[in-house]
Amino acid sequence: MSTTAKTVEALVNREYEWGFVTDIEADVIPAGLNEDVVRLISSKKSEPAFMLEWRLRAFRHWLKMGTAAGEPKWANVTYPPIDYQSVVYYSAPKQKVTLGSLEEVDPKLLQTFAKLGIPLEEQKRLSGVAVDAVFDSVSVATTFKEKLAELGIIFCSFSEAVQNHPDLVEKYLGSVVPYTDNFFASLNSAVFSDGSFCYIPKGVRCPMELSTYFRINTAGSGQFERTLIVAEEGSYVSYLEGCTAPVRDENQLHAAVVELVALENAQIKYSTVQNWYAGDREGRGGIYNFVTKRGKCVGRNSKISWTQVETGSAITWKYPSVILQGDDSVGEFYSVALVNNYQQADTGTKMIHIGANTRSTIISKGISAGHGNNTYRGLVKVLPRAAHARNRTQCDSLLLGDRCGAHTTPYIEVANPTASVEHEASTAKISEDQLFYCKQRGISAENAVSMIVNGFCKEVFKNLPMEFAVEASKLLGVSLEGSVG
Amino acid sequence: MSTAQFLKAAVNEIRTRQGQDELDAMDFLELLREKLKLVEMDQSFISRAVNEGFSGGEKKRNEILQLAVLAPRLAILDETDSGLDIDALRVVANGINRLRTPDTATILVTHYQRLLNYITPDQVHVLYNGRIVKSGGKELALALEAHGYDWIKDEIPAVAPLGAA
Repeated sequence: MSTTAKTVEALVNREYEWGFVTDIEADVIPAGLNEDVVRLISSKKSEPAFMLEWRLRAFRHWLKMGTAAGEPKWANVTYPPIDYQSVVYYSAPKQKVTLGSLEEVDPKLLQTFAKLGIPLEEQKRLSGVAVDAVFDSVSVATTFKEKLAELGIIFCSFSEAVQNHPDLVEKYLGSVVPYTDNFFASLNSAVFSDGSFCYIPKGVRCPMELSTYFRINTAGSGQFERTLIVAEEGSYVSYLEGCTAPVRDENQLHAAVVELVALENAQIKYSTVQNWYAGDREGRGGIYNFVTKRGKCVGRNSKISWTQVETGSAITWKYPSVILQGDDSVGEFYSVALVNNYQQADTGTKMIHIGANTRSTIISKGISAGHGNNTYRGLVKVLPRAAHARNRTQCDSLLLGDRCGAHTTPYIEVANPTASVEHEASTAKISEDQLFYCKQRGISAENAVSMIVNGFCKEVFKNLPMEFAVEASKLLGVSLEGSVG
Repeated sequence: MSTAQFLKAAVNEIRTRQGQDELDAMDFLELLREKLKLVEMDQSFISRAVNEGFSGGEKKRNEILQLAVLAPRLAILDETDSGLDIDALRVVANGINRLRTPDTATILVTHYQRLLNYITPDQVHVLYNGRIVKSGGKELALALEAHGYDWIKDEIPAVAPLGAA
């Protein structure tokens, strides 16, 4: 066996660190889905009538889609049919009715998040990051709320937002991803249980990173959260999202929706480090991560930037997109997607240029190892009004070993002659030469691969907030076994 | 991956294997600065990615820097003078000279005497068909430059190519 093959072999043998289960009493509703379940979820959350109505419309639409075409079939992924009636749609850790402060949160929950490296005690936070922790279906704690409130920033669980800011929720919910958007988005709209809500008022620059940490715990449950971020005129926010789940043999469904709204001169930076359980070495178990993420640059000169590092999930189906409606608005997508063992990823972005002088950048780095299959799928669409729109796309794939796959499927639709669209793609393997070069200088093969992979991803990592960049780099190291130099 | 990061990883792996403590960023940077001076290289060099967009001369100088930092007991420099302009040749040669110690050995592989104007070799060996066919001091290199290689071939006609027995 050649050195490269041996190294890759070693890399494939790694364990998932976050696979533990928290033993906590949960309020779980029976598996299955019908209108009564939708009503039950809504009533458990004491939602106003408009929310229930919206959920029911989404549910009825989802049923129609189910009988018509069903799940989207175009992605380059394969999995057995999902039985939507066997999924638990609501699971919440039992705790006191209202949480006045963190002291009232079940210590088991705090321990769980501490174990995941997410301490919720505010004084223990190293730097300015406010965290909203979501456990199964509900948000259990949000830190730094008061401090943010002084600036008029709203950062809370989605449920709280529905109670305390129904006007904002009603105005923006579904304004970027309508409940009719796609099969999984419709399902999410009908049954989503919680998520994060964030509102940055006019002219405010959010002084700390806002972060949501998602954790699936209950067996057989799906996680359907919804995040909505609204940045008013001239505001700025940087948002981080992290996620893990226990090791289980069966597949669990995660169908989230994220909507971002940026008004005139506003900027939203959204970073994700996705580390859901990926399944074992034979491809058993793991999360199906079927997520709809989209931002809308509504106002002139606004900017939305997605950065994602995808290392987990059995299957990833995810296309963080930007609708560039305002003139001079900017959309960015920086992605690292790593698949190993039998993981499958079909991920990319859509940049829809509507306004004039809109600009977008897409940088996608796919890494395939083991039997993993990685597909970049992206759409760059320039509408007739988008004069002088510009896009630059760069898709690079790195193959480790000879049993994995890398695919690139770009769609480019240009309807304005003044637009300029560039697409650049490359596929490479870690060569024996590169490994030899490193080994000759005393660096072990394992560290050499880590270094090469990190070097390959640096264009994306440099867009992550400092703390996250370190985490992402570490995560890649863990996912590929061995430390990172 | 910058040259500095690359070298730090290499140095620390070597140190760990030799049972020494790893160098932290500050100590390593100090070491690197010192070595940069030794090989007359600019600081900006170390923040550039390894060999990315390096010219031929820069690649060679990078090798010499690595040699200085990693301090191997034996270094084999294969045609380290090829494709270098006069100035780069001088820098590379000076680097090699400064790294010469009684405890380390360097094998220079070259086709030209030119490099040896800067580096005075202790021993010169002529390799032909995989065997050392003639050894001598620095005069041997000068003789080769003046007369070519043919006279050696004539001198030892019985030499069979390695493995042809």
